[in-house]
This record gives sequence, structure tokens and C-alpha cells, in this order.
Amino acid sequence: MSTRIFGSGIKRREDPRLITGEARYTDDIKLPGVLHMAVVRSPYAHANIVSIDSSAAEAMDGVVAVFTGEDVDLAGIPTAWLIPDSDLKTPEHPALAKGKVRYVGDGVAIVLADDRYTAQDAADVVDVEYEELPVVVDPEAAAQDGAPQLFDDVENNIAFRWVMGDKTASDGVFNTADVVVRDKIVQQRLLPTAMEPRSAMAQYNPATQELTLWCTSQNPHIHRFIISAVTGLNENKVRVIAPEVGGGFGSKIPCYPDEALVSWAAIKLGQPVKWTETRSENYQITIHGRDHIQYVEMAASRDGKLLGVRATVYAGMGGYLSTAAPGIPTILHGLLYVGPYMMDSVYCESIGVMTNATPTDAYRGAGRPEATFLLERMVDMVAKRIDMDPAELRRMNLIPAFEDGHEVATTLIYDSGDYPAAFEKALGIAGYDDFRREQAEARGDGRYLGIGITAYTEMCGLGPSQVAGAVGFQGGLWESATVRVTPTGKVQALIGASPHGQGSETTLAQIIGDELGFPVDDIEVIHGDTTETPMGWGTYGSRTTPVTGAALAKASQKLKEKARVLAAHLMEAAVEDIEYADGSFSVKGSPDQSQSIQDVALMAHLAWNMPEGMDPGFEESQFYDPPNFVYPFGTHIAIVEVDANTGDIELKRYIAVDDCGPQINPEIVAGQIHGGVVQGIAQALCEGVIYDDNGQLLTGTMMDYTMPRADMFPNFELGETVTPSPHHPIGVKGVGETGTIASTPTVYNAVLDALTPFGVEGIDMPMTSAKVWQAIQSAQS
Amino acid sequence: MQISVTVNGVVQERDVDPRTLLVHFLREELDLTGTKIGCDTSQCGACTVHLDGKALKSCTLLAAQADGANVTTIEGLAVDGEHHPMQTAFWENHGLQCGYCTPGMIMATTAFVKDNPGASEEAIRHNLEGNICRCTGYHNIVKAVKQVADAAAGGD
Repeated sequence: MSTRIFGSGIKRREDPRLITGEARYTDDIKLPGVLHMAVVRSPYAHANIVSIDSSAAEAMDGVVAVFTGEDVDLAGIPTAWLIPDSDLKTPEHPALAKGKVRYVGDGVAIVLADDRYTAQDAADVVDVEYEELPVVVDPEAAAQDGAPQLFDDVENNIAFRWVMGDKTASDGVFNTADVVVRDKIVQQRLLPTAMEPRSAMAQYNPATQELTLWCTSQNPHIHRFIISAVTGLNENKVRVIAPEVGGGFGSKIPCYPDEALVSWAAIKLGQPVKWTETRSENYQITIHGRDHIQYVEMAASRDGKLLGVRATVYAGMGGYLSTAAPGIPTILHGLLYVGPYMMDSVYCESIGVMTNATPTDAYRGAGRPEATFLLERMVDMVAKRIDMDPAELRRMNLIPAFEDGHEVATTLIYDSGDYPAAFEKALGIAGYDDFRREQAEARGDGRYLGIGITAYTEMCGLGPSQVAGAVGFQGGLWESATVRVTPTGKVQALIGASPHGQGSETTLAQIIGDELGFPVDDIEVIHGDTTETPMGWGTYGSRTTPVTGAALAKASQKLKEKARVLAAHLMEAAVEDIEYADGSFSVKGSPDQSQSIQDVALMAHLAWNMPEGMDPGFEESQFYDPPNFVYPFGTHIAIVEVDANTGDIELKRYIAVDDCGPQINPEIVAGQIHGGVVQGIAQALCEGVIYDDNGQLLTGTMMDYTMPRADMFPNFELGETVTPSPHHPIGVKGVGETGTIASTPTVYNAVLDALTPFGVEGIDMPMTSAKVWQAIQSAQS
Repeated sequence: MQISVTVNGVVQERDVDPRTLLVHFLREELDLTGTKIGCDTSQCGACTVHLDGKALKSCTLLAAQADGANVTTIEGLAVDGEHHPMQTAFWENHGLQCGYCTPGMIMATTAFVKDNPGASEEAIRHNLEGNICRCTGYHNIVKAVKQVADAAAGGD
């Protein structure tokens, strides 16, 4: 039996450059003669631009130029997810505002100067006169008659109205159900906060008409065609390079005005131009996540059968529609309304609303955390209403195990799942029954313990391109990869996806190593440069391991077949007599006769002695379009203690049992879960954007926005089950977002469980100590 | 103004604008880009360096304040090509993902462990409050630091 590198928690191949400071992120790259760009940004959330006087800035030493929206002849920044049947409006998004600004941070002018201090100084003295307009930041308020209007052609600020499900049928279920619970849930805005702020640097060669753009991108190939579209340059003259990228969480998917502006300025001025945002700028202009106001109801029978869920969602889009924004509170949200439960009725109306706030878009989980939260909140409310244990209610409604397809009411066909197994495993780790006894005793002592449980499944590994087209995504969702073996038997794997912290250089090398027998240290995974790498749609939606991984597995399998035929030829044996093990081909019955994969690679390159009809070289490419999404699943459990005197919440234990199919590198899988769980818990407990009524961002720095810190968390207790995806070449599912999807309701429900003796029905997130304390006081009065 | 700073053992004499931040001096003037800027407000710790042996945030120090001082950055931590034990521990324990906070994390925790060999997990978590990581959920960072802290206390 051979040893498999697949399944081994080897150390990451990307780390040596990262732990020594040798990695090069965008802002670390320097070009001679580079100009620095600073953006003059609107201090008002909604205003007409009356005049712009840039003379003082232009007069400063070191300032090369100042440009306004009137000077910049770029096409508008496009929206690329045009959801059908929703009366979608896509209002124009100019790279710099023309005539009107729509959120604090909207770009008004750019300053180009010799260094970044001078650029910022000059931006500060560009004198812009504004005429303030009424402001609306709440998405529900913005959709009402009489609300301030952001765009003339977007009536009531409603950019789209998307409906899923049959309303009459849903009404029928709710009208006849024994039990209906309902709640208004606010999914507060969140700041993605990739630790590396966004940055972009452009260089233009007028002789060749080639533009090179280095930028913080999760999808350089998408950036390439958007930059091509907005600048008018041919796509084959645009090279986008995403060098080392310091996290994204969705916020580096969109193409922003800034990337277009450095490109434009570099072309205009004939000098390289760089821009790097400050953290305050990042909080003002880089997309925010969530921002839903959800009116949710669940219907159930008296004895605990879940019958249906329905919701009206007001989703704040901010001042412009970001790249993928319309798809997030719709396709990626409503389609998850069944979750892991046997529930036959779903209905969702999602209303996308323009508001005087930063544009929103995909943030880790993107639509699915908001769906999972509302489901799990409702399930706990049903349990309470019918006086049933919430674990028991979940247990009796979970879809039984299935191996090859299960169609649910949202029309999705889940690929595989064994929800009860993960559920029971998590309950076992938590010691659920013992906990309930401990909880009862603690209450007797005036200590308030609570437990929250989330059973979930989610759709990721985005996704079949045919589905992408049907739901209006302006692109495909396949990936491509090339496995190239050099004459000396070293591997370069070129991928179109663009990992930025996920450890894919290691995970994907393990796939190739496992298929072909090359040592992992001999495999380089190359990504991020549109000129070096084949086309791909990027790294998001937990898709790089499942989709790129499948492309690499299949390319590797093709190479192995070529190697088998060539090895047979070289050893003068029949192909069917060739056996393969651990990177070596041998002839059945004569084990002394063998050819290593490296030998074969060399002979394929030399091509001195090829079988009839075989082309030279040792390289294969593969496009891979997944036939379905993949559906990881699991159960998370949190145990908390609430101090009723202070409202402080202590997270005592967190258990996560996740099933992402076979784990290629368990250490990397665990790391994805740890990080995702913390991001989700932070939504429940500490993170939240605050705007005042004038649309001023009050959480505009890390001093004001509460990022999760190490001392908020215990060590996490992880478990797994392994259910392969039936449609995937190596069975794997994505795991990048599961932690975030499951953990918010888990902790939220745990806190409410702890507060049961006080009769607290709900607390708006984030559940800060002050809010918890206030809720206890209000419930008691 | 003229300043002289010893950075990673090399004396660097430069004429700088008095308002130049130490982190910009390191990154722009000396091309030591391993030190990162993550927040501009001393919250995230990505810019942490050692100044005369103490871990400090270089985004809120002026280069002028480092005049005459000894600065160590992430590039100067390894000795003769050998990783510092903290670098090794972060690698072995999967204590990093995107790597952007990592130089600051490593600089902060090496100083911490030097002063607190054998530190408890609770003390390690508390001490990390000045360093923010968005990827790892801190779990494996704590594990890495604990490994080095235990070794520093003579444990195994």
C-alpha cells in the first residue's frame, strides 16, 4: 500500500517567505518614477458637487496633476451579476463622482504627486463645495415613499425585487400551520477587514500599448476584463498581477474605481502610479458585508415538524451596486432556506435598496450566513414555542443520510450528506445531556449558562457555469489549470484561481503529488498573473480546492495515462501490463523493470523514442466546469456563560463538526474553520458598522470598530465526518466559509438560551455587554 | 533632519522629513517591506518591530524617535539563515494564513516570550490583544507561542 500525501497535514509551502518578511504584497513593490495617487473623498453621504477648486493643490511642490470626474474618461464601473426576473436597475457608477456624491468616501478627485505624504497633503487642500442633500442609510426606510432618492432612474431606491417560491402555496402552509413564529432580524453591516489594505499600481508602455496592473485581487482575470472594458484597452494588452495578497474575505473580488483610476492616470501621465488605501479609507470605501433587515416567519406543527419558512429581506446595497452585489442577498441567500431540514415550503422576497452608505458585496459566506442565521433562529423559537428541546427538534427534522443527490424545495440538488452523523457527533463532544443538568444546577446558583446548536449545510464550490448563466452571473464559474513537468522532472502547476491565504499552493500540490507521485517539494503552484496563468474566475465561494483541485486532478490523470503508455513503450511491454505505484511504472511480473515518473517526463521531452502517434512534451491542461455545487455540512455548538450583573458573555466552549468530504490537508482545513468561526462569532458578539443619521461612518477606524481579539476565545474543539461528493473527481468539498456560516447563530442562540430565565426574547447583534445588560433589565421590568 | 538608526545590525544614516513615520522609513527608505501597515492607529500590530529590544508599533513612532536606537525588523530576526524558534513555531503550527499580520505577530510574541518564559495560554491570549489576525482565529497562533514559551521555560 502506498503512502498518500493526500490527507497529510504537511507544513505549508508558502510559509517560508511569509515568516521572514520576504513575501511581496502590492504595496511592497516599487517602480522607479512611480507617482502616488491620493483620492479626494466626499465627507458627505449625499450631496451635489457645486464646484471643485484644485489650484492650491496643483501649486504645491511635488504635485504632478489633479483630475476630477469631468477629466476622467473611463467607462462606468460595471455590475457583473445581473439577476433575472427582478426588474434590476444598474445605476451608473462613475470612477469619480460627477455632479453628485452618494456616500461618505465617494471619490471626487485624484491627486498625483511624487510621494505619498505630498499626495495626501495636496488632497487635503482640494476645495470642494457641496450642497448637502437628505440622507438615508437604513435599507427599509430607503425603500419607502418619500425617502431621499439616490438616483433619478431607481424609483424608491429599489434596485431589484427578487422572489423565490410560490407565494400562494406558502401562504397556504402558514395559514393552516399549528404554530407560526416570527422575528425581525437585523444582520448588521460588517467590515471585511482583510489585514492587508487594498492597493493598486499601474504601469503603461505607450510603445506596446500594454498596461500592467498590480493589485490586491482575488480574481485577476476578472479584474483584467473589467479594466479592459473601462479603459478601452484590448484585453490582451492588459496584464493584471495579484502578487501576495493579504486576505480578502470577498472584499477583493470587486473591481473598484481605484484600480481603474491608477490605470487611467498611468496611461494619461506616462508614469507608473500607485495607490494604497489607509485603514480609514478601507472602512469607508472597500465593500461592507451583510446589511439585511429580515422579517422572518417559520411554520411548524404542534408536534415539531418544520413546515416552511418565509422572509422579506431589505438588503442594503449602499451608494452603488458593487460587482457581484445583486447576487448576494438573492441567489446565494434564498436558495439556502431549507438548510439541512426536511421542509417543503420556502418563500423569499429580497429587495435590494440603494442607500447613502458604502456599497456592500460578498463577505465571507455571502448570503449564506444570513440564511443560516434566520433558519436557526426560527428553529430555536419554534422549540421554545412548542416546549421541545432544541436539539430534539433539530434531530427529528434533519434530512436522513444520502449519498448521491437529494432535491430540496429551493430546487437545489444537494450532492451528499449525513447530517445526523455530524449532529450526533457534535452533541457527543459537547456532552449535551450532561450540560443541560449542569445548566439547571448553575441557574440554582445564579449562574447563567447557555448552549446554542447550529445544524447547517451550504452551497459552495461555485459552480456550474450553466447555472451561473441562468442566474445572471456575467461570467463562467469553471477553472482551468496546466500541469507542466520540466525535463528534469520538476512540476509547475499554473492555475487561473488566485489564492490569498488559503494555503492552496500546498493543498493543490498535494493533489498533484498524490496523483502523479512527484514529491510535494518538487511542485510549484503558480497563480495570480494573467499573462503567466490560464484563464480562471478566481478564488471565492470556497471554490478553489473543489474546482481548481478537480482541474488539476484531471490534468494529472491525463499525464499519468500518457506516462503509462510511454513507459510501456520504453519497457517494450503492453500498456495493460503496466502497474503504477508511488510515482513508478513497472511491468507486471517483472518488478525489476521500472520507469520513474521523472524518467518518463525526461523521455517525453527528449522525444527520441515515442510511441506511434504520441506528441512530445509532458504537460496537460484541463478546463473543469463542475456539474453541481458541493454541499459541505455539519453541526456547531457553543456554550456560554452570561454574567447577569454586567452583561458580559464568556464563550466557554466551541465545538465544530464539519464535513467537507475527504480532507487533503487536515491542518489547513482546521485553520479555515478556526478563522471562519471567529469571524462568525464576531458578528454575534462584537462587530458592527455604525452610521449616524447623516451617513457618517462612526466605526471608521480599528479604534472604533471592534475586531475580535485572541482573549475572547477558548481553544476550539473540532471534529469531522467524511462524506465524499459523488460528482467530484476526488470527492472534496469547500471549507472556506463553513465556519462563518455556522457560528453566528450558534453563539447567538447560546446567549439567548442562557438568558431564558429572564425572558429575553431577542437582542440585536452585536450582543455587547451593554445590550445584554439592558435586555435583562428591560425583560425584568 | 539627519538621523542614525541601527537596523538589523547595520547603521543607517539618512536625512528624513521630521514627520516621517518609522514604518515608512523602514519600508520606503530602507526597502525593508516585511514590516506591514494594517491600521494606522496602533491597533493591529502588523507594524511591530523591536526598538532597543522592546516590541513597539512603528506606525505611531517617528523615524526621528528611533535616532540612535537599535531596531530589529522581521528581516533581521533569523540568525545566519536559521529561523528564530518563533518563526519555526508559526510554520509548524499553521499559525499563519495570508501572512500579512505575521511579521508583527512574530515580533510581538518573541519579545513577549523573552520576558515571559513559560507563559500560560491565558497570558498569551491576553498579550495578543495588540495584534489582530483576520485569518487564523488565533487558535494556532496561541499554540505556536505556547510551544516557544514552554521551550523557553525549559519544558518540552
